[in-house]
Amino acid sequence: MDVPVIELSGVVKSFGPVEVLKGVNLRAYAGKVTALVGDNGAGKSTLVKGLAGVQPYDSGEVRFAGEVVHLHTPREAAALGIEVVYQDLALCENLDIVQNMFLGREETSAGTLDEGVMERQASETLQSLSVRTVKSVRQKVSSLSGGQRQTVAIARSVLKNAKVVILDEPTAALGVAQTEQVLHLVRRLADSGVAVIIISHNLADVFAVADYISVLYLGQMVADLETKNTNNDDVVGYITGSKTYEGTLA
Amino acid sequence: MSTPVSPPPVIGSGYEGGIGDQVVNYFRRVRQGEMGALPALGGFVVLIILFSFLSGNFFTPLNLANLLTQTATLMTLAMALVFVILLGEIDLSAGVTSGVTASVFVVLVHNIQMNWILALLIAFAVGMLIGTFIGFFVARVGIPSFVVTLGLFLAIPGLQLLIIGTGGAYRIETPEISAIMNKNLPIVTGWVLLAVAIVIDILISVWDRARRRRAGVLNRPLTLMWARIGALAVGGALFVALMSVDRAAGRGSLNGVPIAHDAIEGVPIVVPIAVGLLWAGTFILDRTRYGRHLYAVGGNPEAARRAGIKVAGIKMSAFIVCSTLAVVAGLFDASRIGVVTASSGSQIVLSGVAAAVVGGVSLFGGRGRLIHAAIGALVIAVISNGLGLLGLPAGVNFLVTGGVLILAATVDAISRKRSGATLLR
Repeated sequence: MDVPVIELSGVVKSFGPVEVLKGVNLRAYAGKVTALVGDNGAGKSTLVKGLAGVQPYDSGEVRFAGEVVHLHTPREAAALGIEVVYQDLALCENLDIVQNMFLGREETSAGTLDEGVMERQASETLQSLSVRTVKSVRQKVSSLSGGQRQTVAIARSVLKNAKVVILDEPTAALGVAQTEQVLHLVRRLADSGVAVIIISHNLADVFAVADYISVLYLGQMVADLETKNTNNDDVVGYITGSKTYEGTLA
Repeated sequence: MSTPVSPPPVIGSGYEGGIGDQVVNYFRRVRQGEMGALPALGGFVVLIILFSFLSGNFFTPLNLANLLTQTATLMTLAMALVFVILLGEIDLSAGVTSGVTASVFVVLVHNIQMNWILALLIAFAVGMLIGTFIGFFVARVGIPSFVVTLGLFLAIPGLQLLIIGTGGAYRIETPEISAIMNKNLPIVTGWVLLAVAIVIDILISVWDRARRRRAGVLNRPLTLMWARIGALAVGGALFVALMSVDRAAGRGSLNGVPIAHDAIEGVPIVVPIAVGLLWAGTFILDRTRYGRHLYAVGGNPEAARRAGIKVAGIKMSAFIVCSTLAVVAGLFDASRIGVVTASSGSQIVLSGVAAAVVGGVSLFGGRGRLIHAAIGALVIAVISNGLGLLGLPAGVNFLVTGGVLILAATVDAISRKRSGATLLR
């Protein structure tokens, strides 16, 4: 198998006396969707925050495309092409789609904002993801539906050649049709060569979109599954700790 | 025969189509609640027409020039406040800051005969210091700006009283400062400045279009650009022509023979200064990363932080800009009144907030532009000017101004309800 784009081994993170991650291993491959599932308190968010550089891990090894890297700040993560789309969408409602996609990394020329270049890149990115639900890239985010906002947030993450995109509960607040749209978008994202890690409580979504499923249970990775070789009941079993994994862990 | 292939999805930008499409787009945006300054502008025009009918003295060059000098202080203060209101913050001390810095200026010039330019720089430094103080306590310590600036609103008049002395009043004797409100540009200079402004506008518009074309995205129809610039040119020319009439003529005659007088003509000096501030501030807010980040922090501070924007720094800077512009407002006020007293600037700040809100700036942050504050200030000034000309008591003026503020807020709330945005924000 290929070298994983991101490979965590033996990652440990504690908050005071509470050990949240107890030596976790995780792999994500380019062009594949890896679902990270687990019950509340399993350590999913902590794992993601470490990858984003927001809360660095205490120990353990992070390899990016085979090389050992350090993720101590969000900037280091972003420089490698690791982008996180958070659950509570980090968009400004008062700005339009282009402005949101380029927020904090605006293109300028002659010291002023180069709206033309930003507008074209934003359109191209949205079109490359086959987004059809957005009428105009100059729409204010306040006028968009939840699904459209999630679309903008995801498009924002891939704007600057992201290698790894981590989606935190991307469908949690969406209706049925919008969930469908976002899952299609996630699939296209992976098909374009990005390694996608998706966190979700909704196993139907996970089975619809993921290639691999990694189950976290009380700070430990308890199962590494290929979606096609497992089923809903087994995954629920691993999540709740009522079933023990027999295979090899990453 | 080949099967028809569906074209790739094309996402619009609102720039495509002819003039008709652009007009339709514009009205759609207005219907969706993005009214901007439209209600205030409408109100302004209605008020001008109304007062012109009610009072023969309203639409005269003399009164219009007066109106502008009456507005300039409020307008500058309202524009200053926009920077902090955009962040969802407030600066209740902007008025007293304008008063205390004017006091610093006049006392330095008067008591120790300091060079007026040096005194001016010190006044600006004091303003920036006050802004830094507010910004530090709001952005770094985390106290609500309402509380910090309320504290300063109570404290700074004390400082002013100590500087000026009880019952003290200092005349503005610096000719350059008095000239701002009391002198006019030579007629030729007015026309030249208008021409320069139009040329700059054309150059920037053409450059914008070229830059968009280079990037490979659409421009709006060229006709629209010329229509906008043409409107600006016509409006500006009408204004300068009106200001070129001798405003002192016909004010008195003896046995049918006009009394000899010095002509009052030309654009008041404060007008190009205020317009320059408006233009520069708008440029910064619309066209620089700093301006974009200001709107972002006002819209969603958490999103701004995750996008790598230094939220605390943006907040600090907004308070510094606000206090610095308040110094300008203080100088305008001192120039118009001619004296600085211990109570200068103590009354005006809430009118400044009102002007911004009437113009369409949202107190919740993230929405509004400087031109909104300028138009709001004009509306408030026209009300007080017009009602004064009609001989109505000052009480009526306050009642009407307050009513207009509530009306403006209602229009804003209803328009946002229609736009579907949550009213809580």
